[in-house]
Amino acid sequence: MSQSLQDTVQQICRDHQNDRGRLMDIVTGVQAKFGYVNQQAIDLIAKSVNAPRVDVESVVSFYAFFSPTPKGKVTIRLCNDIIDRMHGSARSAQAFFDDLGIGFGETTADGMISLESVPCIGLSDQAPAALINDVPVTCLTSDSAHDIVAELKTHMDPQKLVKSFGDGKNSDPLIRSMVRNNIRQPGPIIFSPCVRGEAIKKALSISPAEVIRAIKTARLRGRGGAGFPTGIKWEFCRAAEGDRKYVLCNADEGEPGTFKDRVLLTERADRVFAGMTIAGYALGAEEGILYLRGEYAYLRTYLEDVLTKRRGDGLLGKDILGKKGFNFDIRIQMGAGAYICGEETSLISSCEGLRGDPKNRPPFPAQKGYLGYPSVVNNVETFCCVTKILELGPASFNEHGSAGSSGTKLLSIAGDCTTPGVFEVDFGITLGEVLKLAGAENAIAVQVGGPSGQLVSPKDYGRKICFDDLATGGSIMTFGPGRDVLKIAQCFMEFFIEESCGYCTPCRVGNVLLKERLEQIAAGRGQPSDLDYLQDLGETIKTTSRCGLGQTSPNPILSTLKNFREVYEKLVRPCEDGLLPTFDIHAAIGQAKRITGRESVVFK
Amino acid sequence: MAKPKVATTSLAGCFGCHMSLLDIDDRILKLVELVDFDKSPIDDIKKFTGRCAVGLIEGGCCNEENVHVLQDFRKHCDILVSVGDCATMGGIPAMRNTIPLAECLEEAYLNGPTVHNPSGRIPNDPEIPLLLDKVYPCHEVVKIDYHLPGCPPPADTIWQALTALLNNNPLDLPYELIKYD
Ligand SMILES: Cc1cc2nc3c(=O)[nH]c(=O)nc-3n(C[C@H](O)[C@H](O)[C@H](O)COP(=O)(O)O)c2cc1C
Ligand code: SF4
Ligand code: SF4
Ligand code: FES
Repeated sequence: MSQSLQDTVQQICRDHQNDRGRLMDIVTGVQAKFGYVNQQAIDLIAKSVNAPRVDVESVVSFYAFFSPTPKGKVTIRLCNDIIDRMHGSARSAQAFFDDLGIGFGETTADGMISLESVPCIGLSDQAPAALINDVPVTCLTSDSAHDIVAELKTHMDPQKLVKSFGDGKNSDPLIRSMVRNNIRQPGPIIFSPCVRGEAIKKALSISPAEVIRAIKTARLRGRGGAGFPTGIKWEFCRAAEGDRKYVLCNADEGEPGTFKDRVLLTERADRVFAGMTIAGYALGAEEGILYLRGEYAYLRTYLEDVLTKRRGDGLLGKDILGKKGFNFDIRIQMGAGAYICGEETSLISSCEGLRGDPKNRPPFPAQKGYLGYPSVVNNVETFCCVTKILELGPASFNEHGSAGSSGTKLLSIAGDCTTPGVFEVDFGITLGEVLKLAGAENAIAVQVGGPSGQLVSPKDYGRKICFDDLATGGSIMTFGPGRDVLKIAQCFMEFFIEESCGYCTPCRVGNVLLKERLEQIAAGRGQPSDLDYLQDLGETIKTTSRCGLGQTSPNPILSTLKNFREVYEKLVRPCEDGLLPTFDIHAAIGQAKRITGRESVVFK
Repeated sequence: MAKPKVATTSLAGCFGCHMSLLDIDDRILKLVELVDFDKSPIDDIKKFTGRCAVGLIEGGCCNEENVHVLQDFRKHCDILVSVGDCATMGGIPAMRNTIPLAECLEEAYLNGPTVHNPSGRIPNDPEIPLLLDKVYPCHEVVKIDYHLPGCPPPADTIWQALTALLNNNPLDLPYELIKYD
């Protein structure tokens, strides 16, 4: 065993107090140092943190950003989502294939560069996009892909690929990114100016119970997608028995087509941390965790610096703003490329240093969450709203929005539209108005709420964006004339198949069956009864899956069956003789013909 | 009125399902009163003589001949029933489905620890039907109307299903007949 590997791995473990709860950080550290986490490293980590080997191995194998086999010094991760495909990501991919001489999942012979195909990296408004190690590169063309490879071959430093910076804080010395914010419509709440420290000061001037009452009066509902009333969640958690409580901020932002949390973390980080601090006060928690998706690692140093400054200014740490006994601090937990970790119980698993498997509910996180202590998980935008509610009072928040959905909502709009980006709108706005804002009036279909949401057809453009009608965590993907509805559904099914944690059979297997049948239909080999099959199987998967991923994974098919049924009906034909067109005898005997050197005597 | 006709076949199966059919004991006499057997190993009729009311299929499809027979059954039978786990899911033969065909043959005829094959050849007589790349459950090849689970399904299950179908009754099998644990 190489001594330097041993020393380094053990040092990384010691840096994290040999704490098995910090396995994510330890494995991230080893991966960053060596480019992979081999069997020896797994053994060493297991010994250092006193965990069964399989615990470490399952972490290494679960997350897309960890690898048990060597990766290149530089890894290019090209987004393969539908938006990027529509913007010609295949051309950039081809340029990478040609120049590197490798395909996806491969590493160049000299061990320098790896190429991977990954789901949405939160840059859909600047597609096609890729991450080169931690560095985002946007608006790729085949020319820029050629240039990237040529340059990398000379210096192997992804940061040097950034020639000009994006707007706002993207040019901060601690970010230095080409990413653009594309804030197209700043609204009166989330993007409005605000005085640093003001909201916390107001919160500390009232009791924790009154803080929760203010959140309830504002009728704030979670912005991550499910829309659970935030005040009620906090109340549960506050009432739950536990020596300690935790505040977790969900910055996993994995739903394809969502990128508004990235913009908030870039431009309104203070507001997010203030919201978490207020939650800490309301719940009686002393610790908070920001779970930052691995794809946003380029923001980490900046965010750490914001935290440091807040500590220096008495906004975090001991006796916050002079309030005796109110202590609260925040650490950043990095994710490592797993959509499922946005699901709150998986997120907790991941923070605990485990595979990102969802946990059974009940108990709910508010009763038994991180490390078994009562915990609140809220979305980045939700915490921003909290800060604004405390600063301006619930009434000014309530002025906006619709009956069941108060306040404003950030939408991330991308696809076939003239101005992709982030829009702050009042809840209750119709989809048609939203399309006008982004210059997508001619859309033939709109995916609302990401793959787990629904594909809406023009006859429903009068419907409203709010929790009681068209709910969305923020993702709006627009599809113009000529786009193929079934291709969109197929792409989303691939996403769910890839991201399923594999625990439940309906989700792990059922989605594959759905996708296969969908492909048969798309290829013109389907029958009318296949539509019933898709419907039945889809509903079974929804009702028998354990977590929200499986429970929504058939939506691309179920919602297109409902809203675009005519597309399916045009493709299917009844099979009169009962001999299924989906069975291809010539394909099935192909191998045997090659092996035996004979032709079939039955099937000519 | 002529008795309805029943046909049966064993594709990639072990004949256990047919044994289970015979296991209906003295009800076999009733069965003979109720139906005529057409193509079936039970009477050794090799070719369909006419249209059948019900076809019982044991086993999935592992070679081209299975496919041919199954398609023939579909053409001649009003109702097709997949009997047993091999027919409904591929069963034991489908354990080869994760292994490439060439490797399966090499293991079976050349490399397996119990193989005695001095010729060192994999059988390749023109009479041997071509194997499929994997074993297919019947409903992936033709339309199947009913599935009877079990390995094999018990005689009572087969009997009740068959008599219900022949009498145009709904196929309402009690839980005890389709539960296996
Ligand atoms: C598969 C899956 C992925 C999710 N991803 C996210 C995410 O990236 N960000 C997020 O805030 N919520 C996500 N959620 C919702 C969370 O489980 C949780 O409801 C949310 O973080 C609660 O915060 P909120 O009430 O402030 O919305 C996801 C849920 C599921 C089922
Ligand atoms: S539904 Fe899917 S993602 Fe969720 S626990 Fe089950 S297998 Fe895992
Ligand atoms: S289901 Fe069982 S009894 Fe019937 S053919 Fe298959 S292995 Fe034999
Ligand atoms: S970055 Fe490609 S779809 Fe979001």
